Amino acid sequence: MRPMAQVAMVMNLDKCIGCHTCSVTCKQTWTNRDGTEYVWFNNVETKPGIGYPKHYEDQERWKGGWELDRKGRLRLRSGSRVKRLASLFANPDLPSIDDYYEPITYDYDTLLKAPAGPHTPVIRPKSALTGKDTAITWGANWEDDLGGAAEHAGGDPNLASLPPEAAERVRFEFERTFMFHLPRICEHCLNPACVSACPSGAMYKREEDGIVLVDQDRCRGWRMCVSACPYKKVYVNHHTGKAEKCTFCFPRIEAGQPTVCAETCVGRLRYLGLVLYDADAVTAAASVPDERDLLEAQRAAFLDPADPAVIEAALAAGIPADWLDAARRSPVYELAVRHRVALPLHPEYRTMPMVWYIPPLSPVLDAVSDMDGDNTDPDDVFHAIRDLRIPMEYLASLFSAGDVDVVAGVLMKLSAMRGYMRARTLDGTVADDLLTATGMSGADVERLYRLLAIAKYDERYVIPPAHRENAAALEGLGTGCSLDVAGGPGMGGEQSTGNGTGNGNGKIHLPLSVLPSRRNGSGS
Amino acid sequence: MTADIALWAVLPYVALTVFVVGHVWRWRADQFGWTTRTTQVLENRWLRLGSPLFHLGAFAAIAGHVLGLLVPKSWTEAVGVSEHVYHVVAVGAGTVAGVMVVAGLGLLLARRFVNGRVRRTTTRMDKAMFAVLAVVIALGMAETVGVNLLGPGYDYRETVAVWFRGIFYFQPDASLMSGAPMVYQLHAISAWVFLAMWPFTRLVHVWSAPIAYLWRPYVVYRRRSAARVPETAGR
Repeated sequence: MRPMAQVAMVMNLDKCIGCHTCSVTCKQTWTNRDGTEYVWFNNVETKPGIGYPKHYEDQERWKGGWELDRKGRLRLRSGSRVKRLASLFANPDLPSIDDYYEPITYDYDTLLKAPAGPHTPVIRPKSALTGKDTAITWGANWEDDLGGAAEHAGGDPNLASLPPEAAERVRFEFERTFMFHLPRICEHCLNPACVSACPSGAMYKREEDGIVLVDQDRCRGWRMCVSACPYKKVYVNHHTGKAEKCTFCFPRIEAGQPTVCAETCVGRLRYLGLVLYDADAVTAAASVPDERDLLEAQRAAFLDPADPAVIEAALAAGIPADWLDAARRSPVYELAVRHRVALPLHPEYRTMPMVWYIPPLSPVLDAVSDMDGDNTDPDDVFHAIRDLRIPMEYLASLFSAGDVDVVAGVLMKLSAMRGYMRARTLDGTVADDLLTATGMSGADVERLYRLLAIAKYDERYVIPPAHRENAAALEGLGTGCSLDVAGGPGMGGEQSTGNGTGNGNGKIHLPLSVLPSRRNGSGS
Repeated sequence: MTADIALWAVLPYVALTVFVVGHVWRWRADQFGWTTRTTQVLENRWLRLGSPLFHLGAFAAIAGHVLGLLVPKSWTEAVGVSEHVYHVVAVGAGTVAGVMVVAGLGLLLARRFVNGRVRRTTTRMDKAMFAVLAVVIALGMAETVGVNLLGPGYDYRETVAVWFRGIFYFQPDASLMSGAPMVYQLHAISAWVFLAMWPFTRLVHVWSAPIAYLWRPYVVYRRRSAARVPETAGR
């Protein structure tokens, strides 16, 4: 056993209202620069829909993620290492910018400089790539709330994997009833395909917290990571010629703070916490032959942070005691492993993603209402979950490699939890039948309820701050923080003593950068 | 005579010094700029054809230069390759490589200047580098096709190659070059200029050819602390 810690996320899709606040705050923080106009480290898709970039889930086309070779060994879907080096000159699987969208800006000066006149001045969209006038024909959330779905959403790769009559019914029905939002960030996988495809070794997974990053100094622009990632969450910055991706807001995580997307989520649907896993078990778990066993294999690779043997091994492996404590309080472990209501996105890609989702009950509830059922009556909902092939098969193609029973089990639990709490609150009864139907105890249900409905900030985000004093000790004297340069994010040199632990509660205060005042600085 | 010395005994050393010192400086000062500056995401159709043509043609051309310049004529004759056989092989393979390079570079330059998206990513240094590269290639094609395939032929292995090898043991014989045809002289001069520009352009990506990828474990782990230490031992 080789325990490692991973910062992981769970999103509760029932709560997502598709407001895009996460996307916007993320963009303002990370990708509002030249060359990243089209890049959304966090985006929110409407499902069913083809997504961003278009059809990214179609791995027949993009060759992202892993597959098993004839001998059952893991291999990147894009082929062997030699094949990848042979395609350095032209990557055959690389999406073009048109598969994302043409980023635009407006010539605001036209508005500002327009003389007073009888007509309101207008501005035209300009391509951020060419500077020329352009027509806006697509965007990162073009399909928002099923916009244009009648035309496009039939191309959703998740529908292609359904039986034909089911796909036909989805296409027919979703316009009426069936839709949900899917916020996506980098999955910070345990078995990352992007890292494995990077020819120059610039991409890496951090040992301490599992965050996957691109070393901007060592990236040489071979762009294999972009095509290897099945979630298409690594991007080319065409201004710098380097790959960029979601950083899991590591400067905030190191300081014990949640990511920007989680912090600003108005639905409070994101949970952040640690998961311990056995690094020696990852390859075997990612190579189980049947795709439908991948979910359980990944759960089995996670270690129980309350198990004394795990604690001992984790301490021996150098995981600090306060991290183990945080792992025991982790809402992610609780939702994904203890209550088993969170599921990974597309486990069949075999990357072992670490951003998990609680599938939405709302499409089922909508369907119950449509059939004149009572969507607060667990019996009606249970029947719907069992009988409705749509949207169950669709959800299963997203979250459980097509295994409908897994998704149905989760939705039954969520539905039972609602029914149980409703009965208890309204007439003080205990709905034992609901407990037996889902195999949960009353205490389990109440814990799950608290986590999903009430959990406060420090229950949703259990993030132990990084141990910077260790880093400083290892670094040795004389090697300052590389971010401490003038104008750098760490300037001010607060941590110059190597003891950056701040005010004693273990949290580190991020230094506020002070912009130098500019003289004659009217800008252009 | 002074001009001959300057061109054939001084210029090579100046260019090589700039080449070496320039690379050391760039490696230490500008890891962030050390990249292919890929634009495939902006334009794929022309690149898909042009880039492999250019790169594979360039590899063949470089191999040809190694054979023609670094291997003495006496060695090939010692293993029984006659001047005629050498000439046929060199001109044949050289023409094929040259056509690939010209076609590839033509496609790449066309896309760079026709496609507005790619054009906007083009720097002044790119333009200067492409101009010199085009001159070097044009002169090289004039030698291989103009002089050796269609024209009377010229045995550069008696003069240019001997002078070139002389540079590396610090005895360049300028007189060997001053007698060479003008097109060979210009090709050599432009090539030295090109080499001197090399470290300051996107061409540095050549030295990052990721061969070590073949042996590396798939997933790379790094410690956070180690990530902070400035690393110079990379590729």
